[in-house]
Amino acid sequence: MSATIQPEILLKLEDLLVRRGGVTVLDISRLEVFQGQVLSLIGPNGAGKSTLMLTLAGLLKPSRGAIFFQGERIADGGFAYRRHIAMVFQEPLLFDATVFENVATGLKIRGMSRGDIVRAVPGYLERFGIGHLAKRSARKLSGGEAQRTSLARAFVTKPEIVFLDEPFSALDPPTREALTNDLERILRETHTTAIASTHDQTEALRLADRIAVVIGGKIAQIGPVAEVMNRPADEFVASFVGVETVLPGRVVRVSAGAFAAAVAGGREVEAVGQVEPGDAVLCCVRPEQVTLSPNPTPPGSSARNVFAGTIRQITPLGLFQRIRVDCGFELVAYVTRQSLEELGLTEGKPVSASFKATAVHVIRRKEPLPL
Amino acid sequence: MDLIIEGVKQALYLLFTLDREVIGITLLSLQISGTATLISLFIGITAGTLVALTRFPGRQLVVSLINTGMGLPPVVVGLFVTIFLWRNGPFGFLEILYTPAAIILAQAVIATPIVTGITLAAIQHLPANLRLQILALGATRAQMIWILVKEARLPLLAAVMAGFGGVISEVGASIMVGGNIKGYSRVLTTATVMETGRGNFDIAIALSVILMLLAFCINAILTQIQQRERPR
Repeated sequence: MSATIQPEILLKLEDLLVRRGGVTVLDISRLEVFQGQVLSLIGPNGAGKSTLMLTLAGLLKPSRGAIFFQGERIADGGFAYRRHIAMVFQEPLLFDATVFENVATGLKIRGMSRGDIVRAVPGYLERFGIGHLAKRSARKLSGGEAQRTSLARAFVTKPEIVFLDEPFSALDPPTREALTNDLERILRETHTTAIASTHDQTEALRLADRIAVVIGGKIAQIGPVAEVMNRPADEFVASFVGVETVLPGRVVRVSAGAFAAAVAGGREVEAVGQVEPGDAVLCCVRPEQVTLSPNPTPPGSSARNVFAGTIRQITPLGLFQRIRVDCGFELVAYVTRQSLEELGLTEGKPVSASFKATAVHVIRRKEPLPL
Repeated sequence: MDLIIEGVKQALYLLFTLDREVIGITLLSLQISGTATLISLFIGITAGTLVALTRFPGRQLVVSLINTGMGLPPVVVGLFVTIFLWRNGPFGFLEILYTPAAIILAQAVIATPIVTGITLAAIQHLPANLRLQILALGATRAQMIWILVKEARLPLLAAVMAGFGGVISEVGASIMVGGNIKGYSRVLTTATVMETGRGNFDIAIALSVILMLLAFCINAILTQIQQRERPR
């Protein structure tokens, strides 16, 4: 039997409280960041992600609490700690100088000799695909090139932890995709610990080892990616991590680990979980787990949940089409454009929607919600 | 019209013959206003940067005072500098009234709020997160301030131009605290006033042409630097 090796804690936060103008902006009892891992902070706008990021980076003094780096408490001002970190903001925040001089800034600040700087910088320019832009003024760069310069400036100092505050959110999708690819590769190659805030779940899924969902200045849930995405702690987390169907229900039957819950429209959803009859539950279904078929009873399906419904709305969503089906309750499914055409799915068309009992994530509630 | 043509001719004559008195007055003007501008840059850039980067009670009032100071009337400055340096005044012991040093002091008082105000605006106009970005690169507070000032260098050139332009052309304070003593504290503006009063319009025009040329040349050089560095 092999023991699971727990990664070393690089950064730890305890009993953090940040107040601004008499309002509590952050209230987090504990947060740990592990060596070599990427922690993604996701949450709605104004949830406190950036404030948490600035506090962890030693750039914002909390009203209360302590931050520990490699087991040592960060002193006020955190100058020594700041020499171990780097940060990339949403705006590239480049200086009025050439790309080379921008990337060299952190090294100059550290008092590195010109010779060492000239030896260190080109490798990072190449790594981020901006070697040919070394002599160009930072004012003449495109958005993607500017953000690449900003990333190279952060990584050239070989930080032990890098903070990425929605660095790609202002970029167009193809540039964002290319930069995410490069960043993912470089994070893996350099084993750099990173904290990345984003409101783009795809980006979080690509980069993160763990995800923390920040809502209302608190960490609503933190854990490995699969756990947070597939087993959200509550309906707020569920709605934020892309579980588009959250059905309030009440358990009506229980048998051998499975149960049925009455949901809206007089329908019953079958799911797996340890519940008691009468329990109030939330049944969460991810849109990619829902299968649509033009046949009323899809042949050869093992799905325990099959509902007849009508397509209410089809919305293009990047690579997918988001389909809203009225089954007496609202169910959301994602299909590819090809499937949409092959199945002849159009708004107003009757379909059957199905998903397995095991695809339903169940959240138990103390207080029932109206069906 | 003849008066003006005669004045311009006289100016050209004085310039091309390198008239000793005119050259002496011009060099003294440059020396006094240049020194006053340097002093105002040192104080103004430091004060403007500190006010831009710090939050303290009464900051709004301080900013209003700086902005008001940008339009400080030179005669008012002259009056108060005279009172302060008067034999019985608080700084009378320095015994610098009616000397070039007094003019430098008065001109520095005029230029400092101009440089402070422009520096304050320039630093405040930099992106809000730039300060945090510099700190996140591992900078000390002093390094951060230096990088910010470098980033604001183009508007700061405007501060140099405005500061120098303001003091080289002022007359009220210079005449009050300098006394317009021939060969000692006579500068281009005070000499122009004196020659106009005597009815020597040709010499007055000559001095004013030199004054304008001087201001133009210095501002042209600074503008050249500013435009060369301007982001495209």
